[in-house]
Amino acid sequence: MQNQMEVIFSACPQNESFARVVIAAFAVQLNPTLPEMADIKTAVSEAVTNAIVHGYENKGGLVRLKAEYCDRRMLTVTVQDDGCGMEDVETAMQPFYSTGDGAERSGMGFCVMQTFMDAVDVVSKPGEGTTVTMRKYITGEVGLHRERMLDEIS
Amino acid sequence: MHNLKERYGTVTVALSGELDHCNASKIRRQLDDLLADEDILRLCLDLSDLTFMDSSGIGVLLGRLRILEQRGGSLAVKNMSQPIAKLFHLTGLQRVIQVENDKTGGRL
Repeated sequence: MQNQMEVIFSACPQNESFARVVIAAFAVQLNPTLPEMADIKTAVSEAVTNAIVHGYENKGGLVRLKAEYCDRRMLTVTVQDDGCGMEDVETAMQPFYSTGDGAERSGMGFCVMQTFMDAVDVVSKPGEGTTVTMRKYITGEVGLHRERMLDEIS
Repeated sequence: MHNLKERYGTVTVALSGELDHCNASKIRRQLDDLLADEDILRLCLDLSDLTFMDSSGIGVLLGRLRILEQRGGSLAVKNMSQPIAKLFHLTGLQRVIQVENDKTGGRL
């Protein structure tokens, strides 16, 4: 079965929790485990926060949150902004890298996305916005049950 | 945010709700108001009712740790949920922030 969704919302901090609720409501169709769901929500929160804080530099704009799955196992999530973009994506993705604006940022946003999801792809150009595409293989409660049964048999 | 007890410079504060970029400035301000009392040397955050935290929360914790360390104090957390514990281990926070009897029992 194939399914997809797209939501466009204002780049304001109040919508960070909104984005988490939206992606959770969509991802639940894949019957993820609680840790998998937590991973997805955290990664999306990081990407949306980056769009608001860095992409639009807290000046507002629109964020597109898209998600899809096609085989009930692989969830693909895209967070896109039309903000200022990045010159050097590789450097921005380094752990503890921060723009150093004195706002107590941990510089771990991309690192969290990469750790909590199975694949993260970032496309960005100065003045042309940023698109973050994340994929996660969903083991699901059914998968866990199967693993436990196999463990018991062996 | 609830201040549970204050004794000999140690304060335990219970955080509730979500600690993301949206709520970070409010929680940061509340904690800093508390830490304006320089007799407080040890702050322990009870995360029992904290339902979500992302890297914005890490920034808040590191900022408070810095304030406490500058006065020779320390920061501790307790009762982390499994997702928050995973974030702690990923960022290596448990090396600088004391972790007390968390819910995960040390597991991720």
